[in-house]
Amino acid sequence: MDKSQPWRRVLFLALFVSFFFYSANIYTSGTALNGETAVSENVLHGQKLFRENNCWACHQIYGLGGYMGPDLTNVVANPELGPEYARMFIEEGTDRMPNFGFNQQDVDDLIAYLKHVGEAGNYNPKKGEITWYGTVKYER
Amino acid sequence: MEQSNMNVNNRSGVCFIILGLLSLGGCVLMGVLGAFKYLYPDTLSGFEFYQLRPIHVSLAVAWIFLAAIGGIYHYLPKYRGLSLVWPKSMPLHFWVFVITGIAILIAYILGKFGGREYWAYPPVLSTPIFATWIMFGINILFTMKKEKGPWPVYYWMWMTGIIFFLITFTEAHLYLIPFFNENIIRETTIQWKSYGALVGSWNMLVYGTAMFVMEHISGDRKMAHSNEAFLLYILSFVALMVGWSHHVYAVPAATWIRMLGYAVSMAELIILGDIIWKWRQSLTPDQKFTHRQSYRFIFAADIWVFLNLILAILISIPAFNLFSHGTHITVAHAMGTTIGINTMILMGSVFLIVEELKGTEFSGWSKKWASSGYWISNVSLVLFLGALMVAGSMEAFKEWNDFYERSEAIMPMLLIFSVSGIGLLGGLWMVVVAALNMLRPAKHQKETITVTAE
Ligand code: HEC
Repeated sequence: MDKSQPWRRVLFLALFVSFFFYSANIYTSGTALNGETAVSENVLHGQKLFRENNCWACHQIYGLGGYMGPDLTNVVANPELGPEYARMFIEEGTDRMPNFGFNQQDVDDLIAYLKHVGEAGNYNPKKGEITWYGTVKYER
Repeated sequence: MEQSNMNVNNRSGVCFIILGLLSLGGCVLMGVLGAFKYLYPDTLSGFEFYQLRPIHVSLAVAWIFLAAIGGIYHYLPKYRGLSLVWPKSMPLHFWVFVITGIAILIAYILGKFGGREYWAYPPVLSTPIFATWIMFGINILFTMKKEKGPWPVYYWMWMTGIIFFLITFTEAHLYLIPFFNENIIRETTIQWKSYGALVGSWNMLVYGTAMFVMEHISGDRKMAHSNEAFLLYILSFVALMVGWSHHVYAVPAATWIRMLGYAVSMAELIILGDIIWKWRQSLTPDQKFTHRQSYRFIFAADIWVFLNLILAILISIPAFNLFSHGTHITVAHAMGTTIGINTMILMGSVFLIVEELKGTEFSGWSKKWASSGYWISNVSLVLFLGALMVAGSMEAFKEWNDFYERSEAIMPMLLIFSVSGIGLLGGLWMVVVAALNMLRPAKHQKETITVTAE
């Protein structure tokens, strides 16, 4: 191995080890959910359907994902849209969004999942408060 | 014996590169089809956008890894005088990869998804990828361990890229465990943390390859041992850890993550740009001429480094990110770095191999195609990214009543984007076909031998 410059090895090891502490910290800090609501079976099933049908290809949650359709973080939680509005799209599809042929239970579970996502946090683009040094305080 | 062993090694590396080039060809085709499906959902019946997109993304990831892996397999025995410790693992690695790749494509076509970005296939198919990566890791790490002198920086980069791929790949699958999965904030944060580290790990492999290619062209062995090169390595390492945070500014996770992300600047790219710049200036005309095509691609990568740098710094500023997040500016960032930087560097590596293996035989239409393809793809890329930036800026900085009004408004830009995508497809295909023609098994060589024997 690289023998001539031990400090290079020391640096590597230091970064390598800190990666694990840092990761453990990220896994656990600041991830408490709003309220202590345990996730229900329906939510988990909805999440599974969301993944298995690759809704991600066209939709985002927290602005992450594909851009063909709108962000879904707060679609159910938003009083102007809400569960019935979301249900319409999921059941029928549109000319741009496919109709996946879900049964009632699947649709309910997808709505339950989106509702849960909406309750966990608020993705409200452009509603943050900008500080003078360039960071943003987000409302949660 | 040693000689024949070397030959096996050489060809295996080239096989990975050939597979990588084919993936790239497929990737851009799927990208163009996907773009048109996005614009005109009624056309191209039989293709669904939610299938085209993951095929496109998976092929892009495959191209980057295969080209980097093939280069490492090729360079270590051939130019560093280190025979690989486990040469027999290479054909196994190759075929498992091919079969898994086909299985992944079939899963997409059948509409079976795991529903993640990058790894959108059902997660069981990750097992063979993980297993082959361990084989690759053992093979390369133990081979590099045999090096007697101090390590050039690209060994450090390759080692880190290999180890961290395994770590981030594992991390990307943590969602299979309820502790991670059942907390949506934790799940989202970790997903994007792991993707940042994934990009970080492939950057390690790619920048390492760039350092090797530059060293080889210039013959200057000091560069890869310099402190500046090592600083680039350390910064890439830190970026691998924290550079992902601009993905998740908007996720309500811990604040310090965001602050750190902001604090870590894009110094990594500045240094990479600087190293390539200095290297360029140190080259003699003769050196540039002998590896003309390879040199050009690395040069193009340098220009793209600077352009992407500006964008990367901007989107890392939280106040800018607030507007740019979730818009096509992000797509410009992703495509600009994967095509402009990674693909150009890897093409530099591919053509280094072509120029070394073929020498003056690299001529005629292959050479012309490689050269025209180079220009066509780079010029198209300017338009392509420009259109994305305009679309993204419209989304970010104008007030829209709703998603629908916004989508309609950017359609003309997305049309320019898609049409320049065809240019990119044409250009990259020309380059790919030229390289494939040079790298295919040398049947005609045998023929020449028989002809002379007659
Ligand atoms: C091929 C892309 C695509 C896929 C895949 C897709 N959608 Fe959509 N979706 C859209 C588009 C586009 C819209 C906007 C409506 C339109 O333009 O037709 C939309 C709208 C919606 C809406 C209404 C959102 C709003 O704010 O108006 C919901 C809810 C939704 N989709 C849920 C889903 C779910 C759940 C899935 C997975 C089962 C899914 N979508 C898969 C493209 C897609």
